[in-house]
Order: sequence, then structure tokens, then C-alpha cells
Amino acid sequence: MMHTDYWTRINAEKRGEKPFYSASVRAHPRPSAVILVLTLILITSCAPVNLDAPAPAYDTGVDPNSWATIPAGPFLQGQAAEPASIEYDYEMMVTDVTLGQYVAFLNETLAGGILKVDGDQITGPYPGDEFHGVKHEIRIDAGDYLIVPTDDPASRFTFDGTSFMVKSTWENHPMTNVSWFGAWTYCGYYSWRLPTELEWEKAGRGSGDDRSFPWGDDIARNNANFYASRDLFENMYTFGSRTTPVGFYNGKTYGAYTTLNSASPYGLYDMAGNVWQWTGDVYEGMHYRFLRGGSKDTYDMDLRIWVRNNATPTYTSPGVGFRCARNP
Amino acid sequence: MRFFTERFNYLFKSTKGLILVAIAMIGLETAIFGMLSGPMAELGVRDFMVRTLKMDIVQAEREGRIIILYHSIAMAVVAIETYMITSLLKMKEFYRMAVRVLITAGYLLAMIFGMGFAYWGHNWALHGLYITGLSLIFFAGVLLTVALWPWNKDYYQPEKTYARTKKGVDMERTAFFATALTTVISALFGAIPGSYFGNGFETFLAENIIRYPEKTTMEYSVIGHLHIMLALIAIMITLIVGRWLNFKGILHKIAMPLMILGTIVLNLGVWGVVTPLEPIAHMIIYVGATPSMLAALLLLIWSWGKLIREGTAQIQKPNFFHKIAALVRDPLKFGPTWQMLFMNFTTSGIGIFMAIRLDEIFRVWPAREERIELTGHWHALSAIIASIILMYFGDMIGLKGKIRQLYGWGILVFSDIALAAVTVFEMKRLFITEAGQQPLVNGLMYTIDFGLGLLLVLLAIVMVWRLLDLFKKKGRWTEEAGHELSREVKQ
Repeated sequence: MMHTDYWTRINAEKRGEKPFYSASVRAHPRPSAVILVLTLILITSCAPVNLDAPAPAYDTGVDPNSWATIPAGPFLQGQAAEPASIEYDYEMMVTDVTLGQYVAFLNETLAGGILKVDGDQITGPYPGDEFHGVKHEIRIDAGDYLIVPTDDPASRFTFDGTSFMVKSTWENHPMTNVSWFGAWTYCGYYSWRLPTELEWEKAGRGSGDDRSFPWGDDIARNNANFYASRDLFENMYTFGSRTTPVGFYNGKTYGAYTTLNSASPYGLYDMAGNVWQWTGDVYEGMHYRFLRGGSKDTYDMDLRIWVRNNATPTYTSPGVGFRCARNP
Repeated sequence: MRFFTERFNYLFKSTKGLILVAIAMIGLETAIFGMLSGPMAELGVRDFMVRTLKMDIVQAEREGRIIILYHSIAMAVVAIETYMITSLLKMKEFYRMAVRVLITAGYLLAMIFGMGFAYWGHNWALHGLYITGLSLIFFAGVLLTVALWPWNKDYYQPEKTYARTKKGVDMERTAFFATALTTVISALFGAIPGSYFGNGFETFLAENIIRYPEKTTMEYSVIGHLHIMLALIAIMITLIVGRWLNFKGILHKIAMPLMILGTIVLNLGVWGVVTPLEPIAHMIIYVGATPSMLAALLLLIWSWGKLIREGTAQIQKPNFFHKIAALVRDPLKFGPTWQMLFMNFTTSGIGIFMAIRLDEIFRVWPAREERIELTGHWHALSAIIASIILMYFGDMIGLKGKIRQLYGWGILVFSDIALAAVTVFEMKRLFITEAGQQPLVNGLMYTIDFGLGLLLVLLAIVMVWRLLDLFKKKGRWTEEAGHELSREVKQ
């Protein structure tokens, strides 16, 4: 470095600048402070997450077995609020399917031989989709597909090899870590179906106006469970956002936390936030399945009625659930 | 009155003054509207800003707002590049003046009235002025293209050390010309669907429709437009850096034809997305991007070699460490090409990796996850271009000694820390599950905020310094008023 200092000084003097000794070293920002800050950040970033951190238990008073009727007629669809119409009455679950409901289904269908244990996953039959050979399209033939994984530590249920159990306090939370096949099979088992995107949107928005959210045009933190919404189940310093019980945002006060009544015009809860919801459409030329509603892991912009998300039908996540529809 | 006239003349008639104003405007816009983004919303800053500034934020109009925001910043960046080009390259005075007047009026109209329309209610007069601004910028681009016409004998390259044809046509000027011409044409790919979607109030963000197998011609046009405009801004800044550093020699002779070829093929590929060539458009784009990136690599090799040669000129037998010390001696000269290299980590690398493993990895994830990668690497490229501009700006305002080192290394280190964190954030799903990601996400967000925050503070210090300088009778601004960048290029 002696040589370096020498020519740095010489060059500086040649340029007519004031000499700055050891400038190449001393003039740089002190790296120690930057390194210290980054090291601290790195250490905190590597902290393990306790996926089984205790969660409070609340009875929301909303019955997950209840259904709402959506009457036939016009409504405004999409961001641009274009006129659309559904020419038949249909019913939608008032809440997402809960863990309690889904675990009962798993035990019943596993015992009945409809679903199978295949390594670390539960699989079930699916008749397959028509394949069109479009770019990026993946063939889905008839066969057994993933319903739920049994080895995901983020799941709120346990599996002992023969039967499922809901983990303590999560009974009335939405079922998550369930694939599209798992949602499709559940609804089909009870002779129901997944809602189409159009049905889902009408149920969420109602037919009266072009609102952005099920409850109106603006969103507050206590309207819904979204990323950093500061609800009673999240801790953004450790495990992050978690699901809230279905129907949680119904105007009730839980301890010191007061929610706003955020039902859709037809009385459906959690149509924005908490978990993304699988819908039933199978579109020509694509294997993706569409999700609606945003989730506990997304910013408020994704909770807007018209926002679409999609994933492969075998995708599972702690932020993805579903609800069913049926004909009256 | 003379006080204002002199300052006005410096800020709006001199090259360095114009660049200073544009950087200040971008800095101000970034500082204000950056407060509305995700992490700021988490902290409640967004709500505070909306209330304090009495913004009119309608949920259904978010996409339209963002499109105007992107355009207003991009237009100011295009203006800065134009000022640099008109100061670095020979052209008739009429063109230089006309281009500068048009583009200055254009970007200021687009920025001020566009943002006014987007964030403070829909006064259609403001929208009209926004469109007028964009139109003026378009015409400035047309005039710039005419001004850069390389087959005018006045602009032939007399020196053999630079890339030129046998007749003497300046290949570097031809590269500037090709980039300007294709930029003007590519702008139409945004303007036409922009008019269509804008007038029908059906704006959309390209990243939200990326997986749909069926797209309309207008939708393809928007996707092509946003990709190519950013690529062209990047190509233009590469050419500008080459001129600033006085790129020449054998590598220059190889690089310039590659740059011309790459620019043209890249554009043909992107324009091809709205034609029956769409199925192979991506392949054409890859073919075009390769020579362009190779040309940038040659610039990097040449400039690093030059920095090392100059820095070790006093040492008889320089060793490896001497060479490294020489290379990094001046962050403002080393930084721009380093950023071009770093871009391969944050942008090109991510893009190529995504393209190769698209169906196996990225398209298994939800679309919203893929959106993070898409928007992340576009933002990273934009930030890299901005950091290169700031480094050239630091050089042109004559930063020296310790201040030069602090400013240069500050921009380089802070931006690269932030961009590295952004890149890890984009790719986090490769190595961490959703359920276990929160501490990592927090750490990355802190790192991004740390890097970008300090970068903005650094920029704010320079801007305040330059603002105070304007109040001095014999401030730096008086020296800079007559400076042209071409005269500062070291021969």
C-alpha cells in the first residue's frame, strides 16, 4: 500500500489538489459501521420461526355451516365495473371451510378409501382436464393428485398415519395448505362445487354498486386480515401474519381489539383477506387455477374484489384456503 | 431581477443546470411518492402522507396512478440522457436548443400535471397537459434522431482510433442514432395502446396478465413497450458512459457494431410480439440482447484496463493489489461499469434464470410470487441506471478528494446493498418457506431501506448544497453555466 499512497498523492498534486494522505483508505466511508449494521440485520434474519407459537382462541359467533343465497341478476364485474349477469340463484358458504370441517372430511374419506396416503401426502382421484398443448400448459391427466401434504410443519393439523387432528385453538380457522384438488374433492364429496370466478366476485361485491371491497370502498386495518394489519394473531417480528378465525371481522370486540363488520352485501365473511380462495374454473389452454380475495400475506391492494391470483393446482400454502358453492 | 434571470439561465439553459433540475425533480418525486409504497403503508406513513397532502386515492385507480408515476420519472431520466447526448455529441445549435426546450417543457408538464391528475383528483385539464408533455418529449425524440443523423459529413469520425466505416461514418454516433430512432418507434408501442386503454379506463399492469395464454395485440404491445423502453434507456446510458470515458481503440471498434446490431435486433424482437412472429419473439430478443451486453462488457474491459494503467503508471512492476487499488481509486469512474457488471446479478441473471427454469420453478409458485420477481428486477435495473447517472453527475459537478470518494462509494455501496437485498427477496422462495420467512423478510426490508434511505440522504445533501450554492454570487453554478460535457471528456 505504500506505493499506492505514493502515487495517489503524486497524482493528486499533479491535478493541483490539496494533498490527501492515504486518501484511498481514509476517504472511504468507514465500513465498520455499515458492516456492523448489516451483521445485526443478518443475525436477526436467521432467527428460526416458532410455527407452533400459541394463538388466542375466540368464538366469532359466525356459523361455518351456514350458507348465503345469491339471487340471479346483474352486477358490476371487475376493476372497470362492467355490467355482467348470472342468470340463476346459487348459494355460497358464509365462511371459508374451517380446519374442523376439513379434518372431519379427511378422516371420513380416508377411512372410506376415497383418499389414500402416499408417502408424505394424501392423494385423491381427479378425472383430468382436456389438454390443448398451449405454451406453458401442463397436461393434467386422470389420476391421483395431492390433496394435502402431511409433513408441512406450517399445517394446523396433525396426522398419525391413520387419522387427522386439528391442532389446539385452530378449529375455527380456515383450512390451509390444501391444494386445488383438495378443495375440489371436498366440495364434490358433499355434492357441492367450487364457485366460478364470476360467482365468487358477485358474492363478494353484491349487485348494488362497484365497491372495491366487500364492505365498501376503503379499507382499515380492522376490516380484514392482511399483511401487517396488526390483528391479534400476527407478530411481524417473529412468525409474521397468521390466519384469523372465520368470520372474525364481524363488528365484535375481542378483548381490547374491535373489528369492523366486514361482511359482503350478501353476508359472506372473509371475502377479502385471511386466505386466498380457490375457485373452480378450468380455462382452456392453461393448467393454472385461480385464487381470489387476497390473504393475510398480501398488502391491501390484493384484497380488492377483482384481483386475481393463480397457481398450479397442486400448490399448497398457509395462506390458501377455499369455500364451496351449490345450487339451491 | 438579474438575480433570478442569471439563476434561471443556469438552471434551464446550461447542460449541468438542466441535469441538476431533473435530478432534483426525480429526487423530490421519489421521496414523496416512495412514502406510499408497501413498507411505508405498514408503518402508517402512507396514511399520514395521504392525509397531509390531501391526496385523492381511489382503490380502483391504483394501476393508472402507478403507470403515470413510472412515466413521469422515466421521462425525467430520458430528459437527463438527452441533455447528456446533446452536450457530448456534435449537432447543429438549432437542434440542440429545440430538443432541450421541448424535452424540458415535456417532462415538467408530464411530471407535474401527470402526478396532479393521478393523485389529486381527476381534473381532465391536468390529464391533457400530461399528454401534451409526453407528446413534446416524443417530438424532442424525433428531432434528436434527426440531429444525430450519422451520414452527415460534418459528423464523420476523423480519428482512426474510434470505430468508423471506411468512408468515415462514426459508428458510435450511428449507435446513438439507432438507439434514439428505435426509442421513438418503441414509444409508439406504448402510446397507441395507452390511448386505447386510457380512454376506456381499463388500465392494467403487465405483470398481472403475464400468465394468460391469450393476450390481445394491445396487451402484447404494452408488455413489449415497457421491456424495450427500459432496455433502450440502459443501452443509451452505456453509450453515454462510453463517450464520457472516451471509449476508443480496438474494443471500441468491435463494440460499436455490436451495439448497433444488438439494438436493432432487440427492437425487432420486441416489435415482433405484436406480429405473427410472437411465438419466436423471445428468441429474437435473446439474440439481440447478446451483442448489446457483449458491447457493454467490452466497454467494461477497456475502462478497467484504462483505470489500472493510469493508476499504476508510477509503479514499475505493479502487482495484483496495486492494480485493484488503481481500479477502485476513483469510484465515480469505476462505479458505472461496476454497476453494469452488478446488473448481471440483479437483472440479467435473474431474467435468464427465470427464463430457463420458468415452468419448473417460477410458474409452480402463485402468480403474485412471480410478479415480485418481474417487478423486482425491472426496478433493480432502473435503480442501477439512476445510480450510473448520479455517478456521472458527481463527476460533472467537479467533486474532488474526500467528497468525491464519499459520494462515489456512498452511491455504489448503498445502492448495491439495497439491490442485493432486493434480489435475495425476489428469490427467497427458493430457500425459505412462506411460514418461516418473516425474520428474513424483515432483515431484507431493513437492508433495502438502509441502503436506499442512505442513498437518498446522500443525494439530498448534494441537492441542498447545490441549492445553497445558487444563493452565492460566485457559486459553482457560475462556473458551470458555460460548461459542455464534450469539452470535459479526457482525450
